Amino acid sequence: MQNNTTTESTGTGTHMNMLKVLTPFHVWALGVGIVLVGEFMGWNFSVAKGGAYGALIACWVIGLLYSCVAMIDSEVTSTVAAAGGQYTQAKHIVGPLMAFNVGLYLVMAYTMLEAADALIVGDLMTAMAATFGHEGLDPKPFVVLTIAFLAWLNYRGVFTTLSLNFVITIIAFASILVLFVAVEPTNPGAVLQHEGLLTDLPYGWIGVVASLQFGMWYYLGIEGTCQAAEEVRSAGRSIPLGTMGGMMTLLIAATLTWYICTGLLPWQYLGQAFTPLYDAASILGNTKLQVLLFVATMFAAIASANGCINDAARAWFSMGRDSYMPSFFGAIHPKYRTPYRAIIFLVPIAVSFAFTGLLDQVITFSILSGLLGYTFMSLNVIKFRKMWPLGSIHRGYVHPFHPLPAYTLLALCSTTYFATFLGYGSSLLSILAFYIVASIWFTVRRYKFVKRGEQFTMSWPRPKGF
Amino acid sequence: MENIYKPPKQKWFGQAFDSIFILVLVYASLMAPLLLDSDDEVINPDNLSVQVSPTWEALNVNAVEQQQWEKLGFDAEKAAELINKRFDYTIEPISLIVTALFIIGYFFFMLKVSKKQYLEVIAEKFGSSSQD
Repeated sequence: MQNNTTTESTGTGTHMNMLKVLTPFHVWALGVGIVLVGEFMGWNFSVAKGGAYGALIACWVIGLLYSCVAMIDSEVTSTVAAAGGQYTQAKHIVGPLMAFNVGLYLVMAYTMLEAADALIVGDLMTAMAATFGHEGLDPKPFVVLTIAFLAWLNYRGVFTTLSLNFVITIIAFASILVLFVAVEPTNPGAVLQHEGLLTDLPYGWIGVVASLQFGMWYYLGIEGTCQAAEEVRSAGRSIPLGTMGGMMTLLIAATLTWYICTGLLPWQYLGQAFTPLYDAASILGNTKLQVLLFVATMFAAIASANGCINDAARAWFSMGRDSYMPSFFGAIHPKYRTPYRAIIFLVPIAVSFAFTGLLDQVITFSILSGLLGYTFMSLNVIKFRKMWPLGSIHRGYVHPFHPLPAYTLLALCSTTYFATFLGYGSSLLSILAFYIVASIWFTVRRYKFVKRGEQFTMSWPRPKGF
Repeated sequence: MENIYKPPKQKWFGQAFDSIFILVLVYASLMAPLLLDSDDEVINPDNLSVQVSPTWEALNVNAVEQQQWEKLGFDAEKAAELINKRFDYTIEPISLIVTALFIIGYFFFMLKVSKKQYLEVIAEKFGSSSQD
């Protein structure tokens, strides 16, 4: 056996590799940084769909879905250590068309999430200006500035980018802990009013199922940790540590967030609130807490946008490197060792997504692209274990209870498709139509530019059954 | 070893065209639900009947809920808009079946074509003979 967690080194127009400078802390900062904004806003729409208890059930059920994602992803990524993450996994395990689709899921999910994050920053700046008496401030320049600044940071190097993410994500997470302490959880009824505010399920169990769609906000993007695989010092150790640690952080943050918000805000208000944690802090009448939560909400949105730029660019770069997308994008900066062309190319696209005025569709596109990616992961790991059984290649991490996590993931993905159908049926069909047309285009036009055998870059033996 | 496939080199115009094509496709799919006038968020109209000067009692709000609504700056009239808003989860069997077939068909197509392409990759990388 040999250590097969080597990275891909072939490139189009360049033979340069990205720098291996990241630690498990950076991996944690990438994953949690992308996701934590979901605790500050977005998760609460699941309360509107199924009531407060419905949202709690969604938090745990979707938590199970993401635990399966984290387990499966840790095993496969610790073995296929390359930028592009799940895209590169699909290329080696399922086949080119699947890989093309997975690459697109990643680019779309992260670029659209980045656009939504930048919009949040813009709206928060407008709200802050209004508080100081400057009504009607245009949020658009702040959206552009946020994306441009973070893209510049990403362009200059991954170490500083993710070190910044680590600091601001820690502050955002700590603010949830501070708020939790401030609401005196050991003294029910003093501040928290669960007894008077929690109601039965307003729509019954169908509402609980419907709430699963927005329950994904608690964790959406944690799988992005594996985009760092080519830049960590030890992929076999860092990716599982960072991902599992991130998942535990998010489970704690999600549960605390639900507990605080449902104990302070009526569920009908909570279900439509733009910034529920900030609103919860505001209701306490403590200015310091209010300022802390405002800053934390801003930091969470910036960390998320920052991580999304990092991940979307690496997925786009990887596809360019293999000629799945124009090979121009498969270049690494000679000095900063970042996928600079992909980073720059995605800046105007993210800005344009933010300015479409279609935030609902953009967010749904992002969520559904993520969900399609999770469906792929369940199929992928089943094939991976069949084609390269345990012992045939070196794995940095082996997830337990296989194939139970894979089948659980598949079942939960199917249920979440149904939840999406209940709320956004036509968006679901329209997004699927996009991926079908793109697949036909790839097969008929694009694939002719792709080298066949060179796509398989891992030093593995021939897959069993092929 | 198998014959090595040599792909044609794509010129810059083709690269630009392909990038733009994907972008146009994304925008089209973002716009489609709007153009089809099929906003998916359905609110039950029966629950939207506006009450004249609703009271907290009429809204079935208990004392704790009323206190929290008031802390948030809502009176009964303002809160009524949010409290009366309801989702309609009626399922249309035909559209459910169509959606399910769409998802299954998409994955089936993708796996089938991927396998065919993957066989070429493996044949070129490892040679054509099967080693099970």
